[in-house]
Amino acid sequence: MIKAILERVRQGRRTVEYPAKAPEMPERFRGVPQLALQRCAERCEEAARVCPTGALTVRRNAGGGPGEATRLQMDLGRCVFCGACERASGGGAVRFTRDYRLAVRTRRALCITGGTLPRVEPLTGSVRRVLGRALTLRHVSAGGCNACEADTNVLSTIVFDLSRFGIHIAASPRHADGIIVSGPVTRNMEAALRATYDAIPAPKIVIAVGACAISGGIYRGHNETCDGVDGIVPVDLYVPGCPPHPLTILDGILRLIGRRVPA
Amino acid sequence: MSAAIGAIVHNCEPVRMADIPCVGIEGFRTHVVERVKNGARLVALWVMPGEALRMMAVLAEDEAGICEVLLTEPGERYGALTPDCVQAHWFEREVYEQWRIVPDGHPWLKPLRFHAPWRGAGAKDAERPVPGVTDYFRVEGADIHEVAVGPVHAGIIEPGHFRFQCDGERVVHLEIELGYQHRGIERMLKGGPDARTVHYMETAAGDSTIAHTLAYCQAYEALSGCTAPPQAQVVRGLALELERLANHTGDLGALANDVAYLPTASFCGRLRGDFLNLTAAVCGSRFGRGLVRPGGVQWALDAARAEQILRRLEVIARDVRGAVELLWDTPSVLDRFEGTGRLTRAQCEEVGLVGVAARACGVARDVRYDFPTGIYRLTHVPVATYASGDVFARAYVRWIEVQRSMEAVREYLGLVAADAMQNECGKLAPDSLVVSLVEGWRGEVCHVMQTDTDGRIGGYKIVDPSFHNWFGLALAMRGEEISNFPLCNKSFNLSYCGHDL
Repeated sequence: MIKAILERVRQGRRTVEYPAKAPEMPERFRGVPQLALQRCAERCEEAARVCPTGALTVRRNAGGGPGEATRLQMDLGRCVFCGACERASGGGAVRFTRDYRLAVRTRRALCITGGTLPRVEPLTGSVRRVLGRALTLRHVSAGGCNACEADTNVLSTIVFDLSRFGIHIAASPRHADGIIVSGPVTRNMEAALRATYDAIPAPKIVIAVGACAISGGIYRGHNETCDGVDGIVPVDLYVPGCPPHPLTILDGILRLIGRRVPA
Repeated sequence: MSAAIGAIVHNCEPVRMADIPCVGIEGFRTHVVERVKNGARLVALWVMPGEALRMMAVLAEDEAGICEVLLTEPGERYGALTPDCVQAHWFEREVYEQWRIVPDGHPWLKPLRFHAPWRGAGAKDAERPVPGVTDYFRVEGADIHEVAVGPVHAGIIEPGHFRFQCDGERVVHLEIELGYQHRGIERMLKGGPDARTVHYMETAAGDSTIAHTLAYCQAYEALSGCTAPPQAQVVRGLALELERLANHTGDLGALANDVAYLPTASFCGRLRGDFLNLTAAVCGSRFGRGLVRPGGVQWALDAARAEQILRRLEVIARDVRGAVELLWDTPSVLDRFEGTGRLTRAQCEEVGLVGVAARACGVARDVRYDFPTGIYRLTHVPVATYASGDVFARAYVRWIEVQRSMEAVREYLGLVAADAMQNECGKLAPDSLVVSLVEGWRGEVCHVMQTDTDGRIGGYKIVDPSFHNWFGLALAMRGEEISNFPLCNKSFNLSYCGHDL
């Protein structure tokens, strides 16, 4: 017992300073990408070609030569943040920043042409009143590779300490206000996902975590998967990444329920 | 030991398909059964896609560090191996589910992943089986009751279904039914490699990103005659050991949590993340996404960055020791760990367990030692074993391995230099095959890559360590109290998605 107390004293307080302070992300972290159409020389096609999920698209005028691209678009709902496009584009047409604030409210907002994402608008009205102060979530892994699961799970550790925000993970959908879904939704989990959603009392929210849950990710178009959550249940918050950083998930949820977070 | 009749290969040594003997099914069956009886291990048993379906066995002789590869044409039905070779049990169910090749006499032929067959009349979508709906082994009797758990579990856990037959609190039998995570990876690999291939590897089992991607890249390199630069080998070893450190530390914390010892649980929950952050310091991703690629690695480590990682590692190392050693000092923890979920060495050998679960039965089985590749050829990580086969052994082996891996990471960090990190790999050799083994944190990750006449992937087999070990968990639960299931389950901590693919 005494050893446990001494160790507790030695290890000290380890909870991150976020949301009081903006976090310092790893130097090589790949967050919100910046797209620069004007730097799109001929290598933009190569950047789109190496994209494993078709997230990056280039459009040119008919007969247009190099440098005459008219649109460069990235679908962050498909992006797995591998950085292949950044390497291939060379000249900086695609550059990943360290901005971890990737979550959005609508699927459409994830298709960017510049480098800005709209911030998550908080829930409003009665939903906010019911869920905003104490939020209990159920998690459903539906074909996830255990990376999104692990980085969601980690929110309950002392590092992120989810319960200080009044947010808890419940063991039953009957006790929950919403679900977090990870994975592309395998055909074999489709019924279980629907059943879990239906078992949650209204009002309820759905949070899609990771490229798979948003669009099918790398598993898009497979016969065995459903290309993401929003074809099955309505989604209130999309959190891109493969997997998203825990702070990306936390930031999205806190914004959704209207908590104060670093600008 | 009976003599080999198949092709003998080392880990990551390419072999031409024409050089792999194809024998009659009876000879194949007898040979595999005999070899396994004499101490070889069935690493993979699978059917390659193609017009004439051929079944391949990969047998490993751990002590000799060699694999034997043998082919047969099983026809539409053949005499099952399973009655004489338990290690073939799930493999033969898989073969039947995919190809409808019937192993006659298989004792428990039922779905493994619940998908439509890959050929024949049943290969229509309308005939998909309903996941989880199948026969379950039942124990009859007035005192017997059944407990069904899953697929959705009471935490942030992947889906799977567990069916317990209980006599009061005592588990008579546990049946594990998976398949909910099936995404169809192996079929999508055919015709590759393409832009998606390496990402399938990174997400086959996301907590083992480095292990699976490394197995793939080594296979790719073997068949394209390319080698990763020495510096890349160092970074790969570093990433693989960091992956092991993160997961072993997390598991030790989770084991503490399952016996309600919260200090270690909360310390280790954080420390696991600190190891992941070291991986992120190397490549930007906590899971090592985007790091390992055919021909090498995509991120260089210079001396300054290595020095910084080492400094952080030393702080973590001290905290991990402080957190984990509390376990061995706490009688209430030891009382719950010791003697719980015990497996014998004989059971381990018979079922063909791998990784921590095998080493916790006293079996010195570790790919890094038996079949070393890359940096493991040059530096050795000692094999950690403990003989008692219980939860304590599986926890303690993890703790020894944490310390060994820490040593290895220190050593690798001293070896880095920002040299060339990736060599260009050419085309894959046509009509060839390679077996690639990597010791992931759970155990042996096996990838078998086979190319067609155009040098594209013709067939690809992934065997996650979980595929061998799920049955071990079911055995460990026999006679246990059902309340010990979470603890036993965590002591194996197997992958659902790695099994389901």
